[in-house]
Amino acid sequence: MKRVQFSSPFLPYLFIAPQMAIIFVFFYWPSVQAIQSSFFLEDPFGFGSTFVGLSNYADALGSAQYQAIARFTVVFTALVTFLSLGIGMLLAVKADAVLKGSSTYKTLLIWVYAIAPPVAGLMGMMFFDQHIGPLVKFAALFGWDMKVGLNYYDTAFAMIAVSVWKQIPYNFIFILSGLQSIPVSVREAAAIDCRSGVRRFWTMTLPLLAPTAFFLLIINMTYALFDTFGVIDVMVKDKAANNPITLVYKVYMDGFRGNDLGGSSAQSVILMIVVFVLTIFQFRFIERRVHYN
Amino acid sequence: MASIGIRDVSKIYNGGVTAVSSVNIDIADGEFIVLVGPSGCGKSTLLRMVAGLETISEGQVTIGGRTVNDVDPADRDIAMVFQNYALYPHMTVYENLAYGLKNRGTPRSEIDARVAEAARMLELQPYLERKPRALSGGQRQRVAMGRAIVRKPSAFLFDEPLSNLDAKLRVSMRGEIKRLQRRVGTTSIYVTHDQLEAMTLADRLVVLSGGRIEQIGRPLDVYHRPATTFVASFIGSPAMNLVSGELHGSKLALGPALIDLGATVPTQGAVTVGLRAEDLRLHEGAGGSLPFRIDYVEELGSQRLVHGMVGDQAMVAALSSEIPLPEPASLSIAPSRLHFFDTASGQRIDWSGEAAGQGALAAVPEAVA
Repeated sequence: MKRVQFSSPFLPYLFIAPQMAIIFVFFYWPSVQAIQSSFFLEDPFGFGSTFVGLSNYADALGSAQYQAIARFTVVFTALVTFLSLGIGMLLAVKADAVLKGSSTYKTLLIWVYAIAPPVAGLMGMMFFDQHIGPLVKFAALFGWDMKVGLNYYDTAFAMIAVSVWKQIPYNFIFILSGLQSIPVSVREAAAIDCRSGVRRFWTMTLPLLAPTAFFLLIINMTYALFDTFGVIDVMVKDKAANNPITLVYKVYMDGFRGNDLGGSSAQSVILMIVVFVLTIFQFRFIERRVHYN
Repeated sequence: MASIGIRDVSKIYNGGVTAVSSVNIDIADGEFIVLVGPSGCGKSTLLRMVAGLETISEGQVTIGGRTVNDVDPADRDIAMVFQNYALYPHMTVYENLAYGLKNRGTPRSEIDARVAEAARMLELQPYLERKPRALSGGQRQRVAMGRAIVRKPSAFLFDEPLSNLDAKLRVSMRGEIKRLQRRVGTTSIYVTHDQLEAMTLADRLVVLSGGRIEQIGRPLDVYHRPATTFVASFIGSPAMNLVSGELHGSKLALGPALIDLGATVPTQGAVTVGLRAEDLRLHEGAGGSLPFRIDYVEELGSQRLVHGMVGDQAMVAALSSEIPLPEPASLSIAPSRLHFFDTASGQRIDWSGEAAGQGALAAVPEAVA
């Protein structure tokens, strides 16, 4: 570590102050507010609040509906993370085999990333549109009467498909650059030592890709848990009814549609704890197995 | 162990660039062949074609009599040592050594025995549980060699394995490679751009330039009878002096000097003359001397390299550091030590006067090595 000398002991604090201010305003303060209001039953019209202790939490956790949504969220997150990472990796490995350092192709492939995520999301959802969606028409060929927005499983399928579709380019780019950073001579040495390409992938490529994969795992889980809000919102069009939604969407529904600020706060605190636990778990148990160069 | 045959092998890249053209080399079982040449001469490409890491555009490569053009690198029964070691960074030294064997389904006990043997030969026992990043350059290089040895392949392929090491380590590793190869007796192809490495390691040298073979031969033969001006200037340090002269009967006009050869060269007129720096002597007295205008002197301790001009042509002489340099100086050379090359093609011209000294020189038991 390099030690820097400052003329005044307060100077370093001054330098990190802007960063701390942003974190404070946009993270700590809302978190404290959420924790605080999760113990109260708020009047929807702002005429005061009643302290109810942990009953907001008890209500949320005890509700069968909340449990069902939590189960769907777990399945949804697992599927989106697994599929977007898996497909992204498959495409990257295949592209890498063809590229071999040809930067023109690489640039062309990476351009996908330049499409704004909302545009990509919107395009994805149009594929599932009831009237003009080509995927709906395609499914009809096989006798599948897809009713996105009406049928629970059809909606879930579309949600997962669009969420995965949106995330693949991101994973693709990271994995591709991870693959290209594996030294050519190491791959060649492996090619001489091991004939089976599949085996080489598992014993050589994947372990060397682990730092990238670990980073992407965290990013993808966070994406599936939180950033898919937009996809779900367009898909269920603000009226969840009995369509599948994730916990984040439930927080929004209860707080801003149901005007139950206390209950909504309690749910977001629960989510915060889940993320906290997940992060600790990932760094403690997964990162240990990751080899950094 | 196996012989290797390289027949009419060419490498032509997609853009039409020819990296290697019609190369023929026959490598005997157990022989140590060094491919040497400046960068871009195609030596690495040639090695990589033998390894199977590059496709062979034309021609045929055989290992142990089997044509391997379309055989997967893993099935060619070769092991390769790379310039930057190419160790697997996430594996321990033991795992690095065992990886190739494990993938070939070698039994566990056999792997253990072979790794232990290689580790003993290369003095790697204390490091078996370490990861490559915890090793020094020389240790990494030894692991890379160990990875080749444990496989007991038909051939070792070395791609400039020492160029990432510092000068001192390079000399000791050079000795180690030579010793190991003698001991295990495996056919080896070694690529380098360093002529000293080439001279000291090779049973036979292959000098390449522009994708073509300039000369194949034993190191001392190549040194004493370079086939072309390219080989003459590439092999040996300092490089052989190549100057233009003119032949008139049995006399050679070299700048202002006229040297009596005592025999005839089968050509007349303009010719390129090669003079090794160490064959030049300070001349005392008159007759057959080359007036030498000294430019600057490099002191090497054991000898000094004197740079200067003979007429209007640059010349380097390796002289004893004990004899003072007279001013003005003049040099002399035994006519039998002169080399002649065709001015246009650069090909060596053999002549009767040179033959005498060669036998004696070739018999000197690897004094240079």
